[in-house]
Amino acid sequence: MYEHDGERYYIVDGHVHYWNAAPDNWVEGQEEYAKGWIECFYAYHGLGPEETHWPLEQYQRYDEDLMMRHLFDEGHVDVAIFQPTYLKQWYTEGFNTTERNAILADKYPDKFVLNTAWDPRDGDAGLEDLEAKVERWGMKGAKLYTAEWKGDSRGWSLKSDEAARYLEACQRLGVVNLHVHKGPTIWPLDKDAFDVSDVDFAATNFPGLNFIVEHVGLPRIEDFCFMATQEPNVYAGLAVVVGGLMHARPRMFAKVMGELMFWLGEDRIIFGSDYAIWEPRWQVEGFAAWQMPTGEDFSDYAPLTTQAKRKILGLNAARLYDLEVPGEFRIPEDESAVLAPS
Amino acid sequence: MTAAPDPVAPSTQVAASAALDEAVLAALDTVRDPELDTSIVELGFVTAHAVDADGRATVRLRLPTFFCAANFAFLMVADAHAAIAGVAGIAGVEVVLEDHFASAEINGGVASGAGFVASFDGLAENELEGLRRDFLRKAELAAQDRVARPLLAAGVPPDQVGSMTLGDAPVSADRERLRHRRRELGIPSGDDDPLLLRPDGTSVTPSEVPLHLHRARTVRVSIDTNGDYCRRLLAGRYGPADRSLPAPRLAAGRFVTGPLTIALGGRSPHSGADRL
Repeated sequence: MYEHDGERYYIVDGHVHYWNAAPDNWVEGQEEYAKGWIECFYAYHGLGPEETHWPLEQYQRYDEDLMMRHLFDEGHVDVAIFQPTYLKQWYTEGFNTTERNAILADKYPDKFVLNTAWDPRDGDAGLEDLEAKVERWGMKGAKLYTAEWKGDSRGWSLKSDEAARYLEACQRLGVVNLHVHKGPTIWPLDKDAFDVSDVDFAATNFPGLNFIVEHVGLPRIEDFCFMATQEPNVYAGLAVVVGGLMHARPRMFAKVMGELMFWLGEDRIIFGSDYAIWEPRWQVEGFAAWQMPTGEDFSDYAPLTTQAKRKILGLNAARLYDLEVPGEFRIPEDESAVLAPS
Repeated sequence: MTAAPDPVAPSTQVAASAALDEAVLAALDTVRDPELDTSIVELGFVTAHAVDADGRATVRLRLPTFFCAANFAFLMVADAHAAIAGVAGIAGVEVVLEDHFASAEINGGVASGAGFVASFDGLAENELEGLRRDFLRKAELAAQDRVARPLLAAGVPPDQVGSMTLGDAPVSADRERLRHRRRELGIPSGDDDPLLLRPDGTSVTPSEVPLHLHRARTVRVSIDTNGDYCRRLLAGRYGPADRSLPAPRLAAGRFVTGPLTIALGGRSPHSGADRL
């Protein structure tokens, strides 16, 4: 819960990790990639406020106490959603697996939502694993990283027949929230790896599933926006937008927020800190206090209302995940209906 | 092995090498990052460039992250190679991309002229011209916004902007940039051609103008945001660009004569239409 200017916000952090990227978890012969990955993350970390920067060693592997403090004691977060990424080709026990996330999610069931992850290249065995995990933990969401390396493969597409089998399984199992994260590789490598047309394809074919595109499709915000405006079951995950821009590039952040509000509207944008890339505290506080700047460059963009902030900071994600939001934080149905974009 | 005595006086030779190196830098400045639509020199991707006494050019490139997309990286290395090879007096070219997950495939592939598909055996289906064209279209649309946005801000109604020609727009670097991108795409770029064009080069109908302008704005915001992100990641990875520092030097022993490496100090002397 966060209170600012007399307004109280219910906070759902839609994108957190509990990773282990320490050198003793690097696969022999793959050290270059394991190191490259976490150092890439660390570079993003450096774009946040200086006083929140961590030493690299802590960044490679942090513990439960630190994460609980950053999220719930200091970060105003009510519920955080784990988004696992396996990367077992580079990290022996995986980078940020469901199993590792479950260490905390099992211990603090009221604080965390545990998601799974799947990869259509795992075939029947992967489908069985998905079913077993859902049976054990009852997930409602999954993280999909299309750029993951597996053997000689450099990624996969949501357009494939194999992916369709997994999407059908998700529908059947109630894993309705699919968080799609695009990375720099895919097959074939000559295509734009960040292209979101496969999300468009899957969202059309599976209207009962929600597709949350993480980083709002960055670096393809435009493709993402033009696609999302056509697909009512597509959402924008704000991770990286708030973390990378709000503090360091406020004018750029304003333009990106303006674009997202123009193309998607306040009901389809979901806050995520991307912890431990960035800590949630400064992001939540900054976003609640944020206003669209005035001036010529921003005259096209609508102001961000308190209601929109309440939805983005928590209520939209709570709706997707059926989280019980205390009455004081809710927006009355009628008011919401009147103010929602047509 | 001893080279034949050089008839040119040493100071003249150094001056000639320096001039050739300036020409190499100017050639590099015409190479753009296709995603960011910005010169690789301006972005700080060129860390060193040198020409030895035999006219062999060596260039080092770096990118903002270890995992920057291999296809765009390949295009930049290949374009840099081609641009330098086109400089009169250059007898050989070596372009080395450093600190990248696919450095070996890209450097080897470009040096041997193998193309993208052969360089990434089994991982690619096609060469990269389709990808290049897709991003040139985005750049062209963003360039329309650069010209249209000040007009809209000055109070020109959208429908009037929609009926303007390129020649109607005020003379500006942004207008010439738009014209340049259109020439590269092979779509109408004359003064009598429309200011606003669809990606395929056909006219925007009056009813489409408002949405077209929104789309152009969004593409520009996206490219600008990515460009800023990349610059900051590059600075985070290698330290902020300090133009007062001496040039990073190429490895000793690479040259028959001593390395003549010129720092990327200040603006390129070549800042005409080629770098628009």
